[in-house]
Amino acid sequence: MAAEKTERVMPREGSTEIHADTKGSKAVRIILITLSVLFLFIMLVMPLITVIYESFRKGFGEYLKAVTDDETVGALLLTLEATVIAVIINTVFGLFAAWAISKFRFRGKKFLVTLIDLPVTVSPIIAGLIFVLTFGRQSFLYSYLEEIDFMIVYAVPGIILATVFVTFPFISREILPVLEAQGTDEEEAAALMGARSFTIFRKITLPHIKWALIYGIVLCAARAMGEFGAVSVLSGHLRGQTVTLPLQVEILFGDNKYMPAFAVSSILMIMAVVILIVRSIVEFIGRRKGEE
Amino acid sequence: MKSRFLRLTALSLALVTAMVTAASCAKAEGADTKSYSIVNVSYDPTRELYAEYNEAFKKHWEAEHDSKVEINQSHGGSGKQALEVANGNPADVVTLALEYDVKAVQDAGLIDEGWVNEFQLDSSPYTSTIVFLVRKGNPKNIKDWGDLARDGVGVITPNPKTSGGARWNHLAAWAWAQREYNNDESKIIDYIKKLYGNVLVLDSGARGATNSFVENKQGDVLLAWENEAFLSLKEYPNDYEIVTPSISILAQPSVAVVDKVVDKNGTREVATEYLNYLYSEEAQRIAGKNFYRPSNEKILAEFADTFDLKINLVTINDFGGWDEAFKKHFADGGLFDQIYKQD
Repeated sequence: MAAEKTERVMPREGSTEIHADTKGSKAVRIILITLSVLFLFIMLVMPLITVIYESFRKGFGEYLKAVTDDETVGALLLTLEATVIAVIINTVFGLFAAWAISKFRFRGKKFLVTLIDLPVTVSPIIAGLIFVLTFGRQSFLYSYLEEIDFMIVYAVPGIILATVFVTFPFISREILPVLEAQGTDEEEAAALMGARSFTIFRKITLPHIKWALIYGIVLCAARAMGEFGAVSVLSGHLRGQTVTLPLQVEILFGDNKYMPAFAVSSILMIMAVVILIVRSIVEFIGRRKGEE
Repeated sequence: MKSRFLRLTALSLALVTAMVTAASCAKAEGADTKSYSIVNVSYDPTRELYAEYNEAFKKHWEAEHDSKVEINQSHGGSGKQALEVANGNPADVVTLALEYDVKAVQDAGLIDEGWVNEFQLDSSPYTSTIVFLVRKGNPKNIKDWGDLARDGVGVITPNPKTSGGARWNHLAAWAWAQREYNNDESKIIDYIKKLYGNVLVLDSGARGATNSFVENKQGDVLLAWENEAFLSLKEYPNDYEIVTPSISILAQPSVAVVDKVVDKNGTREVATEYLNYLYSEEAQRIAGKNFYRPSNEKILAEFADTFDLKINLVTINDFGGWDEAFKKHFADGGLFDQIYKQD
């Protein structure tokens, strides 16, 4: 703890020094701030305003009609379903993987870490195509799937699969550094005192990683809701059945229904803002807990 | 504090479970009355047509049968849609832009041979053709296919690799050049090369191309399905006009029951009736209203004011049928690939 304290103080002193150095060149500061604000305005604020403006252009009644449309509600439910399932699966998987990697020594550990990162580097479209080739009619697995009547591609399981795939590094990646920094001393001590493994996990590991875990869940949920590429390949665009919110926006746009397209976009935007707020709260609490 | 965290976790888990069950319950609703659900995988510009037709068909079916029917639509570039069905998209019926795409589904083993004769008129209940959509007043003075190869004319057409409409566009241009250059193949290819050299955006489907031209204001001329051109005109009557070229092609979109899927789902009767009813007077009128040319002569006559019925049309048979046309023009390494690569 003491070491952490000094580390915490050091950059503060450093930063005041830097501040003093640049105090003379006020112009640079103003230019940099203006540029950043301008950039943010053009890239973020303006599009957001456009979405809101276009959504409500025909009045609140029309907006309500657009967002309560059967197909849109179906898309919202499917998006939530895929997100929730992806978060659950990835939490379990992320905990297992991060635990295994940080607490045990085994052959091929580096390889496992690299594999976990794969979905970040593979383009989502390719991911979608891989699943079409693995589980579609071309695949030898298809006849077995057909026998048990379990369709994956162009059905809801495919959508969930795609969502899980693109989001699976998020949680393990957040927990891993925390677990690694913490080491295995405390767990070993607890084990020596006779604690069972679940107790160790609950009383020692979990308290350490919980903020990282929650943060990972938030990121995972955010990414899952917005996924377009992989889901688009696997969806088949069956309206009201295999269409998620981002796909619904594309479909409405193609139907020349611009106002509804923006209205559905606004749902996604609201979800994103909620996630952003949750994230800030998590970060704030997490930092305060860290300082205690 | 720790228990609060656990409680929080338990609470959110409970919430999640409730949400998922609610979602699945919503889907299972209405299972007790006998009801069919069929999937119609179609191409891009038929969105409005089938939105209207499905309502009419539901009424028709429920008036004659003691069961309900629900129709799920999927739209996209015709070639892409055919590929998805071949890969397992559970379509009970396909209503695609051209015979060749339905044949791709047949080749995947999903549709039995002889589907072309299963419904009247080669299983194409409505037809269309290819026209030019230009900006109001026709500022670039585009009158015929030859004008598309002029310098400084921006052309919008979708990609013939993925879009059915784009294949009709390509063949219509070819037909004009054949007549213009007396079948001199090298001159025809030169012309087609210049035409594609003028293409600004090559979208994957017809609707994407229309949006590029109409919404994003790209290019001077859109090579479009007649129905798609009329639809744009209806939305923006003051911004566009239609130019009918001296020669075009009779585009025959094809429909078929996907045998493997309907046998598995037990939906053959309703799927067959769904396509059959497309030939009814009511459906033909809906097609006409959505700017497709009804195949029923009597109904077509009702729309004589809308369509230019004197237009000079070649058919796919002038190209030796779809198999031959596809192999020559659109297969991998075919004419389109050669022409487009050299650009």
